[in-house]
Amino acid sequence: MSDLTIRGKTAIVGLGETRYYKRGAAPDPEFKLTLQAIMLAAEDAGIDVRDIDGFASYSNDRNDPPRIQSALGIKHVGFSNMFWGGGGGGGSGAVGNAAAAVAAGYCDIAVAYRGLAQGQFGRFGQGAAIPVAPGGMAFTAPYGLMSPAQMFAMRVNRFMHDHGVNQEALRAVALASYHHAQYNPNAVMHGRPLTEEDYDNSRWIVEPFHLFDCCQENDGAAAVIVTSAERAKDLKHKPAYILAAQQGSDYRQAAAAHNAPDYGTSNFKSLAPRLYKQAGLGPKEVDVLQSYENFTGGVMMSIVEHDFCKPDEVNDFFQLDNFRFDGGKLPLNTSGGNLAECYMHGLELITEAVRQIRGTAPCQLEKEVNISMVTSGPMVQPVSNLILSREAKP
Amino acid sequence: MSDPYPSSQGGAAVASPPAASTGDYYLPVGLPQPAPYPEGLAKEYWEATRRHELVVQRCDKCNVFQWGPEFLCYACHSWDLSYVQVSGRARIFSWERPWYPVHPALKEKLPYIVVLVELPDAGNVRMVGNLLGDPLQEVVIGAEVEAVFEDHNDVKTPFTLVQWRVV
Repeated sequence: MSDLTIRGKTAIVGLGETRYYKRGAAPDPEFKLTLQAIMLAAEDAGIDVRDIDGFASYSNDRNDPPRIQSALGIKHVGFSNMFWGGGGGGGSGAVGNAAAAVAAGYCDIAVAYRGLAQGQFGRFGQGAAIPVAPGGMAFTAPYGLMSPAQMFAMRVNRFMHDHGVNQEALRAVALASYHHAQYNPNAVMHGRPLTEEDYDNSRWIVEPFHLFDCCQENDGAAAVIVTSAERAKDLKHKPAYILAAQQGSDYRQAAAAHNAPDYGTSNFKSLAPRLYKQAGLGPKEVDVLQSYENFTGGVMMSIVEHDFCKPDEVNDFFQLDNFRFDGGKLPLNTSGGNLAECYMHGLELITEAVRQIRGTAPCQLEKEVNISMVTSGPMVQPVSNLILSREAKP
Repeated sequence: MSDPYPSSQGGAAVASPPAASTGDYYLPVGLPQPAPYPEGLAKEYWEATRRHELVVQRCDKCNVFQWGPEFLCYACHSWDLSYVQVSGRARIFSWERPWYPVHPALKEKLPYIVVLVELPDAGNVRMVGNLLGDPLQEVVIGAEVEAVFEDHNDVKTPFTLVQWRVV
């Protein structure tokens, strides 16, 4: 691993989020939502939106930088970048790419953004209505394995088998998200509390995932502004310094027809140590964690692979009380996350991680948050992760 | 040294497992039909299923099995790969039971079982299929299964799926 690093050189200084909607409920099209989020983020940072000269997104975002640049009348763009791969694997990665571009001098102010209107463009939770499934899809789709939940359920099932994990461990992840959403007025599931009984009685989507193990399908947009640590000091809010950002994938994780040699994994085994090494700290120093929930089982494996608990301790560790913002050992998904705030492809996890550093989260931790961490996109390839800090060089 | 895995081009050296009768499908018709990669990879596999032969790609140089098929061997980077016939015996490696119709054709058939099996006589490469029988049956990781060829002959481009049945 190279000694060259972005550690502490940049910070997140602006947050922009549209209102979050259930799928199909947004009054505006996706591109308009994306512009709104970027403008809100610039306003929050206290910069002129025309000064943004870098763009980073992920998951084949449809809202491309040339159109955004033209729409906003931006004179020059020095960096525009798409993180490969689907799902939310690139949430932290887009922020990391923005930070790298700023640190390398490609641009001065970068925005990492995601616009997503599933009402306008179709749902992730449905299989493609295609007559023929060629190539790698041919090995799965004709057998009724077509949706993301189905792509990942067998990885989770294998992990649960290998380590004797009970359904209640997955339930704890869902309960944590819903618990926190009840304090967050911007959460789509605000006012919709979830009990253990609700979870247990909910229908199966695909065993071992109940309805509440699966993320929502939503409309909205979110954006975060990244600039140099130097410049960050003079802006409106307390900067959330980017201490470490990693991206990548383990050995042959994308092998077709579910042939990844290590199967029951969130794909963070090689990334997690690199993240901690770059940050110069370990899991014990992490005050609060936002862990991408496409499905609760992915959160479980992400938490294990980032060494917050051992695989054989999952049943003991995965309890709602451990994940609560008010007194939990590892406060988790403190805005409600993809399950209960909004599935903004995990960019809403990054805005929440920044709010925890600023001290402005609806579920703000009582203690001062020094280290705020995000993991993005378990089980997809590639994945990414991020550590934010109150200090540039802690 | 004799080759325990003769190329499928050389004819069937291994007895073909039993076939499901035509029209007897585990999942309803209307799901996407399988096809090779646009560049041609996996063509030999789908052709072999029509003959009720299960084949897996194997490196001619280092004998590593790989699945799905690729243009080169991931282990030694040889470009010389063949499809070789394997026995069709496997073990359940993981499974899932879908209850939600992700495709309109599935509304009539819920739940159903998807299994991921590993093939001990092919370097433990894995294949996805359905587990035949009661969709509510208890599925045991590690259970022995065998391939069952499900012919779909009543379509414009006939194809054969490889399903699995507990032995």
